[in-house]
Amino acid sequence: MDNEGPETGAFFARDRQWHPKALVPEYKTSILRSPQKAPISFSNTASEITGPAFGHDILGELDNDLIHNFAEPGKSALGQRIVVHGRILDENGRGVPGVLLEFWQANAGGRYRHKNEGYLAPLDPNFGGCGRTITDKTGYYVFRTVKPGAYPWPNGVNDWRPSHIHFSLFGSGFAQRLITQMYFENDPLIPLCPIVQTINNAAAIKQLVAQLDMANTIPMDARAYKFDIVLRGQRSTMFENKRQGN
Amino acid sequence: MAPPLDQLKETPSQTAGPYVHIGCTPNFANIAGVYPADLGASMVNEKTLGDRIDIEGKIFDGTGTPLKDALVEIWQADNNGLYNSPAETRGDADPNFTGWGRQPTDLETGVYRFKTIKPGFVPFPDGRMQAPHISFWIVARGINLGLNTRMYFSDEETANAQDPILLRIEHQVRVETLIGRRKGDIFTFDIHLQGEGETIFFDI
Repeated sequence: MDNEGPETGAFFARDRQWHPKALVPEYKTSILRSPQKAPISFSNTASEITGPAFGHDILGELDNDLIHNFAEPGKSALGQRIVVHGRILDENGRGVPGVLLEFWQANAGGRYRHKNEGYLAPLDPNFGGCGRTITDKTGYYVFRTVKPGAYPWPNGVNDWRPSHIHFSLFGSGFAQRLITQMYFENDPLIPLCPIVQTINNAAAIKQLVAQLDMANTIPMDARAYKFDIVLRGQRSTMFENKRQGN
Repeated sequence: MAPPLDQLKETPSQTAGPYVHIGCTPNFANIAGVYPADLGASMVNEKTLGDRIDIEGKIFDGTGTPLKDALVEIWQADNNGLYNSPAETRGDADPNFTGWGRQPTDLETGVYRFKTIKPGFVPFPDGRMQAPHISFWIVARGINLGLNTRMYFSDEETANAQDPILLRIEHQVRVETLIGRRKGDIFTFDIHLQGEGETIFFDI
């Protein structure tokens, strides 16, 4: 068996008990935006197994540095400096190379730079809130940012989002497409958040919580948080079910 | 008891939230100067082979109100039915066609729009041909796990009638929710998240 090059077999079936359900009434917006009929399943075809690839040449020098990629020259974003790093693995435990990660977040005060955002915390003129990177051949990624603030949101009368960073990920196949959120270890808002709690499984929620990683902290500069992400695994094509004679 | 399988669990999904544009289409969100262009904004160039088409539509919630904060991605084969992907094993796709597009729904009208080409035929694993189709992936605030669907083409009636996936849909009355309707070079494909005419979504 060789570990090089993309797999071309079908992806493991998605465990829809592990993911949040479409309808979770405590997260009110899901009520009118959740399909009510059963999704229809079919075996992966080339349309699901293939996916777009992104080369490292699309990346600018500061794309994985949210402290500086929107800041005026010589300035940097306000807040607690952190490094976020980890590996993108598949369900077989193998590092996934070439994964495009895009991340976005609120600033240190809990405010997003977005037209529809109305929270009274101020914008930071030196913080845009977006970044991206591509995993190396071992599936490793790293970026630098400031720790996002918690913020209130209109759901219940007094619901607060824990500090979090949004992640968008591309694997090798379009069926692996995933958007998720990373939380921070020991945040007391995690168990109170209706969006976190759309996931009905403590072990699954734990997968979204990054741990303080003192070994990779940069002394006198930035703390580090480790966040590994798992994408769907893929069957080997060695014994694919083909008619005899094909 | 048998030892556990040495297998990891996929990281669970979380909603893309209302500010998905910051991360995925920052220029659209007026965060200028970080990336030269939004990824997926352009799928074709002047050398791309195939019939030029536009695809446009809205995504409706259960009250019939269009989503104005959604993000749509499409993935499709080229004119010859080949994907521009390292995982494509059948041949080399048109280098002038990315096959992948990403567009937000308009903040005022809720309309999404892609400029692309009509895809060719892609085989089903058993060798039968699938009708030309485009894979859709939809995320937004209130959607906890990205939704997968497909658009087929109203001017491919013969191919649609033989498509292995469309044929296996028990409630054939719902197949029309997967058909983009042609008018000139524009296909309209509206997506209904729930209620009457709920679009078929796929567990792929």
